[in-house]
Amino acid sequence: MISSLIIVIGSLVIIVGLIVFNGASSISLEMITQTPSGGYYLGKGGGILNAILGSLFLALPATAFAYLIGLGIALFLQRDFSHPKISIFIRLSLDILWGIPSIIYGIFCLMIMMLLGIGTSLIAGIVALTLLELPIITRYMDESIKMVPHGLKEGAYSLGSTRFETALKVVRKQAAPGIMAGVLLGLGRGIGDAASILFTAGFSDNIPESIFDSTASLPTMIYHLYSSPIPLVRERAYAAAFILLLIVFSISILSRYLSRKLTKHVIV
Amino acid sequence: MKDQSYDNNKLIDIKYDMNKRRIRDFIGIKLMQIITIIVSTLFVLIFLILFSKSIPIFENVSLTDLLFSSLWNPEKGEFGLLPIITGTIFVTGISLFIAVPISLLSAVYISEYAHKKTRSFLRPFIDVLAGVPSVVYGLCAFLFLVPLVKDFIAPRFGIESTGLCIFTASITLSVMVFPIIISLCVESFRSIPIELKEASLSVGATKWETIRKVILRASAPSVITAVLLGFGRAFGETIAVNMVVGGIPKIPSTLFHPGQTLASLIASAYGEMMSIPLYESALMFVALILFVVVLIFNLLGIILLRKVKRRWNY
Amino acid sequence: MFNESVKIETSNLNVYYHKNHVLRDINVRIPAKKLTAIIGPSGCGKTTLLKTFNRLLEIRDNVKISGEVIVDGENIFSSKKDVSDIRKNMGLLSQKPYPLPMSIYDNVAYGLKIHNHIKSEELYERVKHCLDEAGIWKEVKDRLHDPASGLSLGQQQRLCLARALSVEPEIFLCDEPTSALDPIAAQQIERLLDKLKNNFTVILVTHTLRQAKRLADYVIFLYFGKVVEQGSADELFNNPRNSETKAYVEGDIS
Repeated sequence: MISSLIIVIGSLVIIVGLIVFNGASSISLEMITQTPSGGYYLGKGGGILNAILGSLFLALPATAFAYLIGLGIALFLQRDFSHPKISIFIRLSLDILWGIPSIIYGIFCLMIMMLLGIGTSLIAGIVALTLLELPIITRYMDESIKMVPHGLKEGAYSLGSTRFETALKVVRKQAAPGIMAGVLLGLGRGIGDAASILFTAGFSDNIPESIFDSTASLPTMIYHLYSSPIPLVRERAYAAAFILLLIVFSISILSRYLSRKLTKHVIV
Repeated sequence: MKDQSYDNNKLIDIKYDMNKRRIRDFIGIKLMQIITIIVSTLFVLIFLILFSKSIPIFENVSLTDLLFSSLWNPEKGEFGLLPIITGTIFVTGISLFIAVPISLLSAVYISEYAHKKTRSFLRPFIDVLAGVPSVVYGLCAFLFLVPLVKDFIAPRFGIESTGLCIFTASITLSVMVFPIIISLCVESFRSIPIELKEASLSVGATKWETIRKVILRASAPSVITAVLLGFGRAFGETIAVNMVVGGIPKIPSTLFHPGQTLASLIASAYGEMMSIPLYESALMFVALILFVVVLIFNLLGIILLRKVKRRWNY
Repeated sequence: MFNESVKIETSNLNVYYHKNHVLRDINVRIPAKKLTAIIGPSGCGKTTLLKTFNRLLEIRDNVKISGEVIVDGENIFSSKKDVSDIRKNMGLLSQKPYPLPMSIYDNVAYGLKIHNHIKSEELYERVKHCLDEAGIWKEVKDRLHDPASGLSLGQQQRLCLARALSVEPEIFLCDEPTSALDPIAAQQIERLLDKLKNNFTVILVTHTLRQAKRLADYVIFLYFGKVVEQGSADELFNNPRNSETKAYVEGDIS
């Protein structure tokens, strides 16, 4: 039993250790402030600023969209708006969406893009990531909104709030810690996913200037660099992974910190 | 009558906007309703699009050839998915074979043996493992596991291997599946009523007997669900597998030979899929298989979990 | 029966909840600017009756209501008035205080802000006035912008009262407002209720008979979803006409 736990923990230690050990050593200021110059993938100068910014440009709007859409759905799932029997089906379909592999979202968006005649672009990547994050964020929010005591809603209703006002101003605030945790979990998932943006956001050495430009991202950058025969380039993959892990871990730390901060208003 | 002091404080500029508020309420709720309907039918839309896009391949290649022919040469118009399906089954199967016992034992330890302090430290640890992006798993496997398999493990079995093989992919996937199974199992073990454990212990059962006969049995459906969800993850994982599996669509003769999986195939083939006739449609069919299989397994898992929740009423 | 004006009147009110017939043919009259206590053993439908008055019951699923609830001569179920207006007219104090998840100040300001365009200085004055009326101003004036969840239960309940006052209701619905509180806090609430009944129609659901005796002008006795007896407090407590009422008042059934 202990040995199996050691395997589990050991694998995490190996992963983090490998990335930190190799990544931190090859990281440089140049790496995070410059875009790839010609021949970067052969070991020449430049950095991966395009991928860092690309990741943020993709994941942040996607998370914002997923939050807005998801909030609407999660609030709607309360019995104040929808019949519990219908909510069961909606939750089921969200759970199904949650399980769909991210490559399917990528393919799906690619099909839509072909239909609309859009090439690989920032906007397509954002849509794919939004779809990927949506069920995660929504179900998280839903679970925490479900916990909002009925008496609190009654209190708001008895002041003459409409259902929409109550949902948006009172319920949302009471559920804020859970909502925040869900959003940040979604962000973490979105920023680390490669399969969904591989075909949709494409790849580019430049920082995107419009939403119709292709863009690189940290995961796709790693995917492009990892198998290079040149050790220097491989080390860059480590460094990119290091940055990615750093972002993902900061998000999860931030989530713990914020949810503690947001609980101050929550009524128990 | 209200007393004077109260009346004096009456609002002077009361402006009721009830109509405006009512309209906002109405629009807001309708909007919520519409997006809910759209999103909850999204999986049907995905299915329809994948299905309609795979129709051309059905028209040109028979379903038996698609599923059971072992020749995959899109350039020559041969679309036999058997090697890829075999590869997928191997990779997923082996990864679960490794992951399930290890995760289960870890979960039992975390929930039943670990001190409260250790537990509160271990659970976030597992969450961190779950949050590591798959491309990072792939990278680590490529740089750590691949040389290991190539230089040490495969030679032990007397096989020459590049390290990019079914075995490596399976190990990588099993590590990715750990956190899913562990966290679901821990949650389910912890939710078993303490009275049930006490009842078993009080008839003289040892702790291990209690775990085996009471806890594991009582949470069997949740454990199955966890395994099913883990399967969904492993089956659909694309990037990490793609990085280490070798990417050769041939039925592997040993575990240390390269193979290909459905999800990984889509990622590899993306670049050239537009230039070869029917290739795109074939890939859509691959995506369709992926979608349907994952859907069925997840659905089973979800339904089981709901039944359990109803039984324990938590 | 009594010569005061009637504020709320129900006729043949029936409520079904999950196929259970919770309230049966309720016909009650509630006088204006008096404190009416609804008494009865737990589970007899007191809270349900209270929540039909401001249409809070409808939010729950599987509830069916028939009959009429007439407030100021208008049936609230067929009224052209918006349900928000009907609810606004009735302040609610629930068993457990539920302050809104905001600061103390915003709790009271919330109701004012959603209904009115209001200047901030005036808002402050109104909030102060309401908190003062609820007897909590002195305790919270230095920490108005702290979260309301940090208050004690008794303070939270008074905050809820101030919050209800802010939208200027005519009726107060109190659902065992002291049951979660310690004796001192409960006493403070009782004093406030006693003061409120001069200006408002107060309906108090309570299962402590002594509280009803202390506060009520008029009493409705509910038993298994039916109104057994209603009348002035004096009469009902000292001279019950019905044997069940007598048994309950004397403490034989609870």
